[in-house]
Amino acid sequence: MAHIEFKDASAVVIIGSGAGGGTLAHELTRRGIKVVLLEAGKRQSLESFSQVPGEAFGQLTWLDARTQSGDWSVARDFPALPVWHCKTVGGTTVHWTASCPRLQPWELRAKSAYGEIAGTSLIDWPIAYAELEKYYELAERRLGVTRRNGVPGLPASNNFKAMYAGAKKLGYKQVHTGHMAINPRPFDGRGFCIQQGFCVQGCKMGAKWSTLYTEIPRAEATGNLDLRIESTAVKIEHGADGRVNAVVYRDSHGKEQRQKARIVCVAGNAIETPRLLLLSSSSIFPQGLGNSNDQVGRNYCHHITGTVWGIFDKPVHSWRGATLAGVVEDEVINEPRRGFAGGYRMELLALDLPTFSQVGLSYGWGRDFATIIESYRNIAGMFINGEDLPRADNRITLNSSVKDAHGLPVANVHVDEHANDKAMRKHAQGQMTKMYGAIDAKRIVLGPTPPATHNMCTARMSADPREGVTNAWGQTHDIKNLLISDGSALSTPGAANPTLTIVALALRQAEHISEQMKARSI
Amino acid sequence: MDELITLNRRELLKTTTGMLTGLVVAGSPLALIARGPAWAVDLTSLTSSEGTTLMAVARTISPHDKLDDAAYALVIQAIDSDANKDEKVRKTIKDGIASLGPGFTARAENDRVETLKKIESSAFFQFLRQKTVQVLYATPMAYACFGYEGESFSKGGYLLRGFNDLRWLPEVPLEDSGPMPVGA
Repeated sequence: MAHIEFKDASAVVIIGSGAGGGTLAHELTRRGIKVVLLEAGKRQSLESFSQVPGEAFGQLTWLDARTQSGDWSVARDFPALPVWHCKTVGGTTVHWTASCPRLQPWELRAKSAYGEIAGTSLIDWPIAYAELEKYYELAERRLGVTRRNGVPGLPASNNFKAMYAGAKKLGYKQVHTGHMAINPRPFDGRGFCIQQGFCVQGCKMGAKWSTLYTEIPRAEATGNLDLRIESTAVKIEHGADGRVNAVVYRDSHGKEQRQKARIVCVAGNAIETPRLLLLSSSSIFPQGLGNSNDQVGRNYCHHITGTVWGIFDKPVHSWRGATLAGVVEDEVINEPRRGFAGGYRMELLALDLPTFSQVGLSYGWGRDFATIIESYRNIAGMFINGEDLPRADNRITLNSSVKDAHGLPVANVHVDEHANDKAMRKHAQGQMTKMYGAIDAKRIVLGPTPPATHNMCTARMSADPREGVTNAWGQTHDIKNLLISDGSALSTPGAANPTLTIVALALRQAEHISEQMKARSI
Repeated sequence: MDELITLNRRELLKTTTGMLTGLVVAGSPLALIARGPAWAVDLTSLTSSEGTTLMAVARTISPHDKLDDAAYALVIQAIDSDANKDEKVRKTIKDGIASLGPGFTARAENDRVETLKKIESSAFFQFLRQKTVQVLYATPMAYACFGYEGESFSKGGYLLRGFNDLRWLPEVPLEDSGPMPVGA
């Protein structure tokens, strides 16, 4: 591993080691570019992943304080945890469930496809699908995605059999075990899926792709990576020329350090990324970096989610098997006759017992609540993953009344749901209810919207600088050597789980950075 | 396939938050799932009477007739531990118990439910509910009672242990599923 001096101003500094940052670090270092990779969390391994759900949650989750507001149900149901992502080397790729659908061509033209919808801030992507498609193909090969490039699908689990049977009764056609970055057979030095049902706790087989044991060790092997763990970025600095030139961070001892940088790439997930830009305000940029058009933190999207459980009179044992390996894709269409714009997927879901009782069920207690838990053996589950519409005031802001361990304002997450969001959720819950009803469920239980795991669009790419934070390469409109390299840069969320798109964009951005550095443009 | 749960006594009494101490009854592991005073809790902040009242609250919040008191005792132990660490929590709990009035434990379940409904929005009840759900369903006793088999890496996953053994619905055609791994 490289050792890069604090005063060395030739390196690229990447903040965050997840799907975006970890992939970018590998792509740059393998091209011979020196990279300092700052990661706020610790480094776990296949051996150290806890197999106790509560412990694993504590081991991997970003638990620093956040606040929230708005009318979304998460503010009521999970007041201390608006979002659920990771703080560990590998970021959220350590706990993700590895679903890798692509965005659809029309989803990249959301504003044109859906038309003007009052109360939204929809835009079209500044990238055409044909351009993104090349990088989707690269990303799918990199991750070993199932049902692509000759990789077989994962075998059907008990939980999927229930989803499949119900979906077929309703006439759905596109129903399968998903495009998953989970090895059905050994690939790329990683093990194969033994159906543990512990995707979220960190896969001890390494069957699931994570930057923790793919991109990051490969970046280290180039000799060009200086990975600094337990290092929390607190400010990005710039020079009189308005270009960023250093990142200030707290190291594992809480000591302030300053790393000089030629280029800074922010990939701290869509909550911390805008927070850091806002925390980096200066006399030249009093509203924060990249924020001259007051777009940083706005247009926060999180996908329409919500679980649906079917209770049967026979066992399902839903927890046995890959957590999310099943999907119905027929509703990923833009069909306004359903009463809303945009599409949604129905995705398989099982939760371990402790998580099921805390996150999978709506607030309740007493005999009825207990009866549902007592049916745990006989429960099948799925959830909606649908496109939510961006709104300017759904946003991440700094909350100065609550401070983190470094005395800095925490992020506030504000979400007011749009009528379109509510209509889509209702439609999806109705379809899922019919699916389980068609195979004789005794009872359907609608779960809550859980803390958001897909956080997106808070520093979005836009053709027009007044509508977003970055250009089509993730370069901020204001500062060309400051880039956004995570899900914050997605222009709109579509109905696809975001990781594959984040990886594809990181692969594309790495090419761009490399070319721009060679051309001495940045 | 039958459920794959085997537990020893030590595993039964462990949770992510603590372990019951002062075991007084020996016997087969499953004796601990049966009702009976097979355990004792060391309380530091709460009195034994307060502990008993909280136990009745936890049993009203999550009433599982087949789940042994020992599982609920782990909830009480976790609450006691929180009370010991934080004076504000301690006061919330002690005041909350007092607000239930005398004889709460002895009342019929319907009466207990009515009493708790009246204080449902209180910090005391919300804390108790959250703690009960968080601790109770993470106990090995709850796993055993509700059939949850837990982590499987140590046993080779569920690949050959029932992940696809459901037979009351049609099998999924191979094109929408996938082959078993070679050698499995």
